[in-house]
Amino acid sequence: MSLVEGRVVRIGDDVNTDLILPGQYLNLTTPEDLGQHLLEGYDPEVGQAIEAGDILVAGRDFGSGSSREQAPVALLARGVQAVVAASFARIFLRNALNLGLLVFESAEVAADCATGDHLRIDAAAGRIARLEGGEFAIAPQPLFIRDLVGRGGLVPWVRHRLEDGT
Amino acid sequence: MPLTQLHSIDRPERATPRTMTSQILEAHGITDLRPAAYGLATCDLVLLNEVSGAMALRSFEKMGATKVFDPDRVALVIDHFVPAKDVRSAELASALRSFAKRMGITNLWEIGVTPDAGIEHTLLPELGLVAPGDLIPGGDSHTCTYGAFGALGLGMGSTDIAAAMATGDVWLRVPEAIGIRFDGAPAPWTTGKDLILRYLAEVGTSGAVYAALEFSGEVVSDLGVDGRMALCNMAVEAGAKTAIVAADSTTLDWLADKPTRKAPRLLAPESGAVYETETVIDVTGMTPLVARPHSPGDVVPVGDLAPGTKVDQVYVGNCANGTISDLRQLASVLEGRRTAPGTRLIVVPATQAIMRQATAEGIVDTVLAAGGLMSPPTCGACFGGHMGILAAGETAVATTNRNYKGRMGSSGSSVYLANAYVAGAAAVAGEIVAPDSVLGG
Ligand code: SF4
Repeated sequence: MSLVEGRVVRIGDDVNTDLILPGQYLNLTTPEDLGQHLLEGYDPEVGQAIEAGDILVAGRDFGSGSSREQAPVALLARGVQAVVAASFARIFLRNALNLGLLVFESAEVAADCATGDHLRIDAAAGRIARLEGGEFAIAPQPLFIRDLVGRGGLVPWVRHRLEDGT
Repeated sequence: MPLTQLHSIDRPERATPRTMTSQILEAHGITDLRPAAYGLATCDLVLLNEVSGAMALRSFEKMGATKVFDPDRVALVIDHFVPAKDVRSAELASALRSFAKRMGITNLWEIGVTPDAGIEHTLLPELGLVAPGDLIPGGDSHTCTYGAFGALGLGMGSTDIAAAMATGDVWLRVPEAIGIRFDGAPAPWTTGKDLILRYLAEVGTSGAVYAALEFSGEVVSDLGVDGRMALCNMAVEAGAKTAIVAADSTTLDWLADKPTRKAPRLLAPESGAVYETETVIDVTGMTPLVARPHSPGDVVPVGDLAPGTKVDQVYVGNCANGTISDLRQLASVLEGRRTAPGTRLIVVPATQAIMRQATAEGIVDTVLAAGGLMSPPTCGACFGGHMGILAAGETAVATTNRNYKGRMGSSGSSVYLANAYVAGAAAVAGEIVAPDSVLGG
């Protein structure tokens, strides 16, 4: 997981989970169906233009509002490799870590990067490089989170615990 | 239990005085109580609804789990798309029902099936399943509503809830605690809703990210349980992890006739407990507030809105503002009046018990006589699901908690959030007005 490279799609501040995946689609259950409606509440054109391998760069408080895990699932279903945001809302961040969606907080990346830029994220080294020029530091993950993400998210983490009987 | 027996959760004398949040976390197995530390907390109850359900059940299976940690401590509520609005929603509900059967879970509620049913966060306390001192993760962001009962409700996603059902615990990051005291006497026609809107006006929608809000002050003590639910419910709109009000005689009186299953663990902040920040908000003379489209943080006094904002739909309902108190407030405005021509009024009691109470008190008649409609308890249009979706260009006043773009329907619609008096006044006037312009001041 330590090296990720992709094209930037930049979206704005306060993109809540209703904008990522509107409530009317909460009766859909497959990742593919959910993925179809990614960012439809924010801007359907931006949502449709997202390609597998892209890196979503968002502003402040990305993923606020509803606890709907359908939001990160839709991102994963469409092949979004990582989300870099100036800041994340709490439940979204949990959901992303639990699902193994890569998330990084960086106000600098959010401020400096635009759609069409290319980023190389080196999580282990704590660095994000923009291929067009520029480098940004990212904070190291807390130990617990590193273990959770390292195991591939909460599903394998719990499976491991259940097998161990701990 | 007399209030003089308010005590902190069992712990030998120690140096650092603890907030309510710390006490509950420690009682549930968190050993490092410093903000930003990580740990596993045991759960008193785990809540899941049909919308976060499908995904949670899939994760549960993938975890290799074959049984829930304790069938009596899992609560399943079918409330978002009820009665089922289409085939897919029917299947979500059916998945939850068969899971309950397989796991031997009897705590399953659904309107039309069980006499007690309704929206999860109003329902569980009503059933006595939320006790002061509890720690309860729920697959819904407004689980923080349980703070009204002195409990820690933690909103989480589906996979978290799957894990909690399998293991009986949740991983968590210890939140910073923020102390918020409300002082002073607000103006008439204000409720718990206005207190939280006032806080949101102060800090905005990311002013309390990850934090636990501890509310206090005379204004809060004077609120009934319903008002405290409104107050705690919207903590998540400020980004908070949870919120809490110390349980007191009001809480115990309210719980007294509920089928409470265990003794409440009453607690208050220990003297000298350290908060990340402590805020005092003076609400002297505060008039009813509204959150303007499209943010719960864009809050102004109702009187500051430009006059003549036409209202197509008034929606009184939701997990924290479809209580009997809200319906009484609404009825006090509607009594002997009609809704304005062209303005729809949709009233959604949060639970069947509230529906029964509203019927007994004549509130249902009042709503119908005024021209409004009574919906069965459901999340309905609160999240844009069904039963009251807005068209492009329409404006609504709602007692709900989110007015994001498109939240209740078309992304071209607008929602103002307000208390039930303001909602009632809007239904009667057909535009957003201060309640005293209808009721006299
Ligand atoms: S009433 Fe609205 S806010 Fe409350 S649980 Fe239902 S959808 Fe969520």
